[in-house]
Amino acid sequence: MSDPMRIRAVANGDKVEVKILMSHVMETGQRKDADGAVVPAHYIVKVVGTCNGREVLSADWGPSVSKNPYLSFRFKGGAKGDKVKITWTDTAGEQRSDEVSVG
Amino acid sequence: MSLARRTFLLRLGHTGLAALTLASGLLPRFARAEEARPAFMATAVADALKALGVGNPAKSDAISFKAPDIAENGAAVPVEVESTLPKTRSILLLVEKNPHVMSASFQFREGTDPYVATRVKVAESSVIHAVVTTDDGAFYTTRLVKVTLGGCGG
Repeated sequence: MSDPMRIRAVANGDKVEVKILMSHVMETGQRKDADGAVVPAHYIVKVVGTCNGREVLSADWGPSVSKNPYLSFRFKGGAKGDKVKITWTDTAGEQRSDEVSVG
Repeated sequence: MSLARRTFLLRLGHTGLAALTLASGLLPRFARAEEARPAFMATAVADALKALGVGNPAKSDAISFKAPDIAENGAAVPVEVESTLPKTRSILLLVEKNPHVMSASFQFREGTDPYVATRVKVAESSVIHAVVTTDDGAFYTTRLVKVTLGGCGG
């Protein structure tokens, strides 16, 4: 099972600022290991962010997003105590969701 | 052929066979892992945009695109894009010199700022395109990032 994401969601004026650090190898499928064998591709393809169930951001990623991806975005219509949930899906079909309260 | 090279090739042969055996057992997993989205398979910026249905973006000063001029580590180049264009729908990031140019696309819902910050891999010194799609067409701006250490290592 993958490690949890680190998510910070902070209300700033009428906006909520979200910063996320995900834990993922983001293997491109182009790299070879010490024995010369190609390391199979394994990367996040989809990221969805919601606030109290309402979708605020969706993203499609390729293998060239950095390992242990960082993502920051901001949205209106959120307030302290709201639940911000981030979900990613990778090439192996694995999925992970983590949720924080807006602070 | 030097002895070292011969030993290496021999070892390569063995691991290749082992990998094949392993792969056959895990075939469904690998089949799923294969990239099937045309935009992410494109090797040229124009092809990736065409696959996304984005036609001929116009150069715009209304896009703020922050990226370092020189990146010491191509494996994690910080990029930040903000659009002041009305009705911005999405922001796309494309790295011209990467094996596959398409890096990421972000779609904004009503109320979400047309802003994103992330980190991308840049294989070698390259022009990076930030493309913004709006209800009134597509726009772009570029930044040249010089990489002193490649991003291929992941």
